[in-house]
Amino acid sequence: MSILVNRETRVICQGITGKAGAFHTKHCLAYGTQMVGGVTPGKGGTTVEGLPVFDTVSEAVHKTGANATMIYVPAAFTADAILEALDAGIEVIVAITEGVPVLDMVRVYDTVRRSNATLIGPNCPGIITAGQCKIGIMPGYIHQPGRVGVISRSGTLTYEAVWQTSNLGLGQTTCVGLGGDPIVGTSFIDLLKQFQADDETEAILMIGEIGGTAEEEAAAYIQQHVTKPVAAFIAGRTAPPGKRMGHAGAIITGGKGTAEEKIAALQQAGIEVAQSPADMGAAVQRALDGRR
Amino acid sequence: MKIHEFQAKQILSQAGVPVLKGVVARSADEAATAFTQLGSPIAVVKAQIHAGGRGKGTMIEHPQQHGVQLVRSAAEAAEVAGRILGSHLVTIQTGGEGQLVRQVLIEQGCDIARELYLGIVVDRAAARPVLMVSSEGGVEIEKVAAETPDRIFKEHFEPLAGLQDFQARKLCQSLEISGPSAARAAAFMKAMCRAFVQYDGSLAEINPLVITGDGEMIALDAKISFDDNALFRHKDLAELRDLAEEEPAEVRAGNAGLSYVKLDGNIGCLVNGAGLAMSTMDIIKLHGGQPANFLDVGGGADTDQVTEAFRILLGDPNVKAVLVNIFGGIMRCTTIAEAIVAAYKTVGFNVPLVVRLEGTEVEEGRKILEASGVDIITAAGLTEAAQKVVAAAA
Repeated sequence: MSILVNRETRVICQGITGKAGAFHTKHCLAYGTQMVGGVTPGKGGTTVEGLPVFDTVSEAVHKTGANATMIYVPAAFTADAILEALDAGIEVIVAITEGVPVLDMVRVYDTVRRSNATLIGPNCPGIITAGQCKIGIMPGYIHQPGRVGVISRSGTLTYEAVWQTSNLGLGQTTCVGLGGDPIVGTSFIDLLKQFQADDETEAILMIGEIGGTAEEEAAAYIQQHVTKPVAAFIAGRTAPPGKRMGHAGAIITGGKGTAEEKIAALQQAGIEVAQSPADMGAAVQRALDGRR
Repeated sequence: MKIHEFQAKQILSQAGVPVLKGVVARSADEAATAFTQLGSPIAVVKAQIHAGGRGKGTMIEHPQQHGVQLVRSAAEAAEVAGRILGSHLVTIQTGGEGQLVRQVLIEQGCDIARELYLGIVVDRAAARPVLMVSSEGGVEIEKVAAETPDRIFKEHFEPLAGLQDFQARKLCQSLEISGPSAARAAAFMKAMCRAFVQYDGSLAEINPLVITGDGEMIALDAKISFDDNALFRHKDLAELRDLAEEEPAEVRAGNAGLSYVKLDGNIGCLVNGAGLAMSTMDIIKLHGGQPANFLDVGGGADTDQVTEAFRILLGDPNVKAVLVNIFGGIMRCTTIAEAIVAAYKTVGFNVPLVVRLEGTEVEEGRKILEASGVDIITAAGLTEAAQKVVAAAA
């Protein structure tokens, strides 16, 4: 078991003929992901890395049986690419592209949430089930099949955390980068629910950062619904306040969003919080040792 | 991207939001002419800088002079503008050194019956924009939010559909606006929401929004910032950017495709990825040091970008040591190692450099650094890197 993706997942790449799309398709193939094709409007009939390229996602799904997609199209076209994947019946949509306008995501978000599909990202490293399926830009070799489910709002900081759990011999089931944008398709809670239900996942590592209230909401959810050991880290304790937050932004969250408030909320929910980014793997170990 | 008040008012006016007549002046003479041109018995001289809190703020060179002042004659307008222009305005948002004022807005006075607040942001939790209004205008809205949150009323809206009539009616009821003013208030709110969506706003704030003695609604102040990611579809907004209002090093970094924020410490940081960059700052502080900056070189930085990043870091005279922390993913450690060596040779380092590499092609990257003969302190893990750089900066 694992969550969302595994060795059976059939993946296409939207934007496969672009530089990033082609590069990462190659690396996902090398990791063992079942890449089955790609989509670039106007480039149908060509091939990339030996995979067939289609003009539309609908055609790609029809001819390859794809049920997941990895999106690398430019930011201006990402909302359209997500909606196209959704329309074609893709179940797991992973949008790697960064720089998508926020109001584009507002328009996409409701449609995604009304469907049965899962959108990961945008502006994220992707999702990987260790040893089975990598959909994204993370370096494959730092992962090791194991016991920890990883959920993160960051990219490279996730690699750091994964590396630490691999070095401690804990390994991972599935690792998901939610994405760093204000509006992303999947929340901590969506995945906590799935990891709680997954037989192989023995512990969960959650990596958050300052801004918004997603970590506080996750803490409340964990207290109520998650019986597996959870460890967490919050990045940005020393970030200057108000640098990227407007006045009205602070109002809507009722003054929430600082690292201290998030850490307090997590600790109150019985979560093992790593004080240093070098301590994330060890925090998972401590959470497992003190298992409820 | 932020813009000035007078620019925000031009945009809002075009979108159907009522604003007062105003003229921008860049000298005392222009201020006098502007006053005469407005033909109003009273006018207000307002310093134009991106920071808020201008009315309470004072000029460094003229401590008695505030950033906003009522004037009653052309001569007085010239006198006040003369003190503000070319001086530095210190507000709660500028920091102690203040911000140089290059232009003032001379605006008609008006008869104020009530002062309200209106703001629009994208609510991350609800994943849609939200219009917020409050009966407590003209004061710091953070204070209202903290002390009397029940005085703030909110309505979320769909970007394409905009604010609905019933939502405007609810907000008017909460604000106790009735009669002809309610229709004007509804039109005002709907126009604001439309403008926010049309221009891809990230924040729009009217504080105060005034109701005049005649029951007119007017945006007495206006602040708008835009979603940088959406600027590609608003070419007309690009010319409104005022680089003089931004931190020069941050502008320089932005031009090189780097994300940089200057801080007060003495340890320069060069990291790939925003989360790791924030965590690197955190671990430096945890080990007793102070980060001089946040710097994310992104996923695909090349030698030119890394060299520019080093130049920016070393351009800060406070920097006593530099920490490079790279976890290679898309970015190969070999690329960064080659860039470090090249940059080290061209930039000319005068402070210790601590490098921690991990991830894609790490062994080859470490070999490049060793073979280069460049004077680098290497570190194996995050903790070791932080300890070494803090010691080097001490």
